[in-house]
Amino acid sequence: MATTLADDLRPLHHPHSWVTRYIWSQDHKVIAIQYSCTAIAIGLVALVLSALMRLQLGFPGAFPAITPDNYLQFVSMHGMIMVVYLLTALLLGGFGNYLIPLMIGARDMVFPFVNMLSYWFYLLSVIVLVAGFFVPGGPTGAGWTLYPPQAISEGTPGHQWGIVTMLVSLAIFVAAFTMGGLNYVTTVLQARTRGMTLMRMPLSVWGIFTASVMGLLAFPALFVAAIMMLFDHLAGTSFFMPTMQSAGAITSTQGGSPLLFQHLFWFFGHPEVYIVALPAFGIVSDLVSVHARRNIFGYRMMVWAIVIIGALSFLVWAHHMYVSGMNPYFGFFFATSTLIIAIPTAIKVYNWMLTLWRGNIHMRVPMLFAIAFIFTFIHGGLSGLFLGNVSVDVPLSDTFFVVAHFHMVMGVSPVLVIFGAIYHWYPKITGRMWNETLGKLHFWITFLGVYAIFLPMHYLGILGVPRRYYALGQADFIPPSVHLANQWISIAALAVFAAQSLFFFNMIWSLFRGPKADPNPWGAASLEWQTPQTPPAHGNWGPKLPIVYRWAYDYSVPGAERDFIPQTEPRA
Amino acid sequence: MNLIARLSERSWEPASDRLDLSHRPSAGAVGLAAYAAVMAVMFSLVMVAYVMRMGLHAAMGHADDWVAMPHPPLLWINSAVLVMSSVAWEVARRAAERGEASRAPLLGGALGLCFLGGQWLLWRHYQAAGYYLASNPANAFFYLLTALHGVHIAGGLVAAAWVLASRTLPHVRLCALYWHLLLLIWMAIAVLLLLT
Repeated sequence: MATTLADDLRPLHHPHSWVTRYIWSQDHKVIAIQYSCTAIAIGLVALVLSALMRLQLGFPGAFPAITPDNYLQFVSMHGMIMVVYLLTALLLGGFGNYLIPLMIGARDMVFPFVNMLSYWFYLLSVIVLVAGFFVPGGPTGAGWTLYPPQAISEGTPGHQWGIVTMLVSLAIFVAAFTMGGLNYVTTVLQARTRGMTLMRMPLSVWGIFTASVMGLLAFPALFVAAIMMLFDHLAGTSFFMPTMQSAGAITSTQGGSPLLFQHLFWFFGHPEVYIVALPAFGIVSDLVSVHARRNIFGYRMMVWAIVIIGALSFLVWAHHMYVSGMNPYFGFFFATSTLIIAIPTAIKVYNWMLTLWRGNIHMRVPMLFAIAFIFTFIHGGLSGLFLGNVSVDVPLSDTFFVVAHFHMVMGVSPVLVIFGAIYHWYPKITGRMWNETLGKLHFWITFLGVYAIFLPMHYLGILGVPRRYYALGQADFIPPSVHLANQWISIAALAVFAAQSLFFFNMIWSLFRGPKADPNPWGAASLEWQTPQTPPAHGNWGPKLPIVYRWAYDYSVPGAERDFIPQTEPRA
Repeated sequence: MNLIARLSERSWEPASDRLDLSHRPSAGAVGLAAYAAVMAVMFSLVMVAYVMRMGLHAAMGHADDWVAMPHPPLLWINSAVLVMSSVAWEVARRAAERGEASRAPLLGGALGLCFLGGQWLLWRHYQAAGYYLASNPANAFFYLLTALHGVHIAGGLVAAAWVLASRTLPHVRLCALYWHLLLLIWMAIAVLLLLT
């Protein structure tokens, strides 16, 4: 009898019909694919929004259909969708669901029913979010940070209904994430197979696990903030709403604190950066190690760094609020804690490079993306040093420098890892192999393209070009080169946008026409490549759970017969 | 093995070879512990916001806009009902540990339902006395906190129904634990309300 847990006798839930197998499925692999497809679909909406923004910025006035209100709505929806509904959902709901049970040798998540609910709540949150595009007044244009009082005050696009759909959708998303997160955490702690000690888990699992714990502790802040703002908006309370004048009359709200919202939002918002980054850190460690045929350098240090980064990220949130006004001592504290995070992060970067050092590097598509991640992440990390310091941050605040920084560090970097990860695990998930040439073409256009987009933005920012502006108008401090740079950025952005069709074509075409994949095409040692079937069947492991005898990084071991030793191979 | 030893294992060395599955608590217990952390963060954030918002208006040099709510007897009665409900669940748990059949889960669930009803009456009472949601930040926080807590109690009632249907020991244990956690959170809320 197959059971869910290594030490549990409950029988595994078995699907009986097509509907319970593929729609109301409790199988973690099916849920992972549902999560991923939904996240990528809504991510495409956000990608289109960014293309529309770039059209306006590169060629102001050429597209009269894009009004100033529309522009702000595109900015807001693009940001929120990308951070929450794409990256968080794809990395944790998608990769977390797929990889955790396979990598730790479990048959499924420990609460399969809750896992299924998690996906359906997530889908509901996406539907409510998309409904925002169709309500009177359109979606909110308050910026992705949704700062009150402007988010719910007259004059902001979508202040009446758009903000309501956004906040309700976020609250549902938090419920969905909590159900998923409880599963990921409990599964890692409870369902590891025999021999899979904590320190034998691949770093992907460590990254996803730590990010899930952080998500469980950070998302409640967003939930509470969303509920309180809904109260302010719909019931007229004054949690966040100060005394205001509207059309000459004093509004009914008084005494609320917009700063309170900012604290709650960033208490969620900063850990969120690492909720997205840590799974990417973990996955990239595995990609680098597998494709360089070397064990990861400093495995224990890598695990500790992940945990320390996760813990520290709860102590830095107010560095997003330097210009909101705060006691200088607080500014000093938050600048210091922010810079301290650079230490464990730098350890990780050095360890990736030392893993590559004298490795037998195979420049396959997943490896290209992994190495590209190291570039963009170092780049975004360094510009973070500027913004982490109060005195340097103040003049750079609200300029394109900030846009360039966070896109490099938490937009482009995790997305590159996601691409790498999809290419890496695609043969296991589908049983087919993608086209190498198309993959490389997709990589080079994307990688060079994102540099063409975001490198010039640093320059714009240093000149003082403000972000979130519909049009720059006439200003003395803006030289003609800014307009030229903006055109160039827009053209590069459209090229990268178009190049993504290569990826989608490759993935969909290969699904049907790709050559059959080897069960372990990269020669990887971790458990998910050792399943009896490819793609893994329901229950993952056949009649007996695998037993683990070693860590996940036995590559190029001297004297071994092959250049990798699977985790399931007993020691001689 | 303690956590530090587990996290400093040199897993690449042959000496680290261990196959034993050390004793693990049930998945439900771990899941509930994780959810307890989520609840703790959520309620403490609202309570911190409560304290921040309370002194804010005065600190900015304006007239104090915070008008504390009165504490009607119903508040005490409801708290007592919740305590009794928790006690009933504890009795149920102990009976289940000894393998005895007991009606205590039914009593625990019923008292939980009474608590929810009592909270509803408390809201009605405040409404009748003119303490509306939007009329003062103290009221708004009161309704927010009680609503969030009430939703968790309602979730607990669903769990209780499940336990009444299955009556297995792990389920009774978890349900009792959840009930105690909700009592703890309620006591924190009540102390905050009484002190301010």
